[in-house]
Amino acid sequence: MREITYRQALNEALKEEMERDSTVFSAGEDIAIYGGAYGVTADLWKKFGDDRVKDTPISESAIVGIGIGAAMTGMRPVVEIMYIDFIPLCLEQIANQAAKIRYMFGGKTKVPLTIRTEGGTGRSLGAHHSQSLEAWLLHIPGLKVVMPSTSYDAKGLLKSAIRDDNPVIFIEHKMLYNIKGPVPEEEYTIPIGIADIKKEGKDVTILSYSRMMLFSLEAAKILEKDGINVEVIDLRTLLPLDMETIKKSIKKTNKVIIVEEDTKTGGTGAEVGMKIMEECFDYLDAPIKRIAGADVPMPKSPVLEKIAIPQIDDIIREVKLITS
Amino acid sequence: MTLPDKQEARRLFKQMLQIRYFEDKIMELLSKNIAEGGSHLYAGMEAVAVGAMSSINHDDYITSTHRGHGHAIAKDGDIKALMAEILGKKTGVCKGKGGSLHLADLSKGNLGANGIVGASIGIATGAALSIKMRKNSQVVICFFGDGATNQGIFYESMNIASLWKLPVIYLCENNLYGMSVSVHRATSISDLTKKSLAFDMPSESVDGMDVLAVKECVKKWADYVRKGNGPCFIVANTYRYYGHSRSDPRVYRTKEEEKFWKDRDPIITFPVKMIEAGILTNDETKNIEGEVKQEIEEATEYAINSPYPEPEELYTDLYT
Ligand SMILES: Cc1ncc(C[n+]2csc(CCOP(=O)(O)OP(=O)(O)O)c2C)c(N)n1
Ligand SMILES: [Mg+2]
Repeated sequence: MREITYRQALNEALKEEMERDSTVFSAGEDIAIYGGAYGVTADLWKKFGDDRVKDTPISESAIVGIGIGAAMTGMRPVVEIMYIDFIPLCLEQIANQAAKIRYMFGGKTKVPLTIRTEGGTGRSLGAHHSQSLEAWLLHIPGLKVVMPSTSYDAKGLLKSAIRDDNPVIFIEHKMLYNIKGPVPEEEYTIPIGIADIKKEGKDVTILSYSRMMLFSLEAAKILEKDGINVEVIDLRTLLPLDMETIKKSIKKTNKVIIVEEDTKTGGTGAEVGMKIMEECFDYLDAPIKRIAGADVPMPKSPVLEKIAIPQIDDIIREVKLITS
Repeated sequence: MTLPDKQEARRLFKQMLQIRYFEDKIMELLSKNIAEGGSHLYAGMEAVAVGAMSSINHDDYITSTHRGHGHAIAKDGDIKALMAEILGKKTGVCKGKGGSLHLADLSKGNLGANGIVGASIGIATGAALSIKMRKNSQVVICFFGDGATNQGIFYESMNIASLWKLPVIYLCENNLYGMSVSVHRATSISDLTKKSLAFDMPSESVDGMDVLAVKECVKKWADYVRKGNGPCFIVANTYRYYGHSRSDPRVYRTKEEEKFWKDRDPIITFPVKMIEAGILTNDETKNIEGEVKQEIEEATEYAINSPYPEPEELYTDLYT
């Protein structure tokens, strides 16, 4: 199968959906002429023009707002918030409006809006361009939250997000854009809300997503040489969470480690771990372990930045501990 | 326009050069991967920060932007500590925790650069409120770009400042682009000074490539604001020479436009003007250039040779 980058996969998904459905359009800062801060929308403007690929002013709250209004009235917008760190500027529109409108209005409308954004650490950009804020969004009923780790998942999930009749927050990772992976030429979609077993194993389950997923797979590969057989599950969608896949795995391995890049307190792992307590306690042979980001704003210094998020060695160490 | 005396002319020229050479050096360090992350460079815009800062006092405040190296230097910044900060070093002005986007030096009245476009506008307004409540005579200069004037906080803050007559100068550095989007594609009026009309706030535009024009304009308004007349809005027309960030191929602007602005380069036009007026000599300007080159080289060496923060630093400074 051909291999393309995560960036290209996203670009293809956008292009194909815009070709397929004339109500789909993109809007965001620097997405047209510039092609997006990380190049995801490259050439879409040339192909579709100003009408459907819109450079917006620096107005995050209004960017989401116009997305909501357009979505309620027949369009299928894909808006881009350049960094997840800027989500706080439009959180009102996301949390109070996009997520609640359908419910508040008794199911009489829908908001088929996709909000693409990008997060994570790794480029030494400091506290305002390095966060992982997905857990904030998990806390908002009415949203779906998707975080792909591979080119294949990125393309298939973005297409599903655009076709979904609900507001979907689609969170990319700045360190994944250049990573290549197999993506078929032919059309496919991946359902939202379904986790993926990226590596089968029997000794311990690792639950992860986005870039930490790749770190977990690396760790699992190394541990295999030490005879430790790790099952690695890519959550892919954080809301709704695929408890079926998680449960099945824990039934088999009886041990679980959650690997996440966001800050630990009140993070994704807190929610996932508690759901496991509620639904899988009887299968557990060891306490649930979280490997997460340090509870600090992301420091600029590359040496501090590195130790502020989980590293492959941390995963290896914790797996050895829980399986020994 | 009043001409500066020799000492002042030296100072203005030197500070503009410090910023230019500093930025050229950062670009070099970025391309050699000695500096990591991004940096938004101030080259081309020196006359704005230097002119503005020369009109206010040491204890006056500023808030800066993502393009903040120039503001930090012009507000009496320690060049070595700023350079070290951009490299994420322990000796940096923020101990390596902030970086280029978060340069701050509270001891100099610099309340900080900001990674969030527009965010400092609220902070500046709050500092002005504090000045008023403390019955102090300080002023705040709030720097931001043309792009930031499209954020909600710009309007919210300006309204409050005007309503409460706060001592703040909103200084928009209109360099014609917010990243790749030209001001004409991002804002519905072509004359940005009109943006403060809704708040009954006086405004003026100034040639941001002319350090003396900026100096005079900001001096006038600082006096006005200091007297308790309330805020004002200044739009300085300027240009950034480098791309928005390292990876920017600048496809959204033309070579002709770049040339138009480079012909107005303050670090070239200002010394010529000073020599013509008999305020500085050719030798003097050359000497200043040499001095500043040397100073930037020393700062670079200092920054490169400085240690990174210790791992324990990860958890310090979070709470008091
Ligand atoms: C809230 C927010 N939105 C977007 C960005 C990304 N961004 C950084 S600088 C910039 C352009 C800012 O333009 P302007 O205010 O004109 O300042 P300039 O860069 O031209 O100095 C953008 C879009 C950001 N840092 N913060
Ligand atoms: Mg600008």
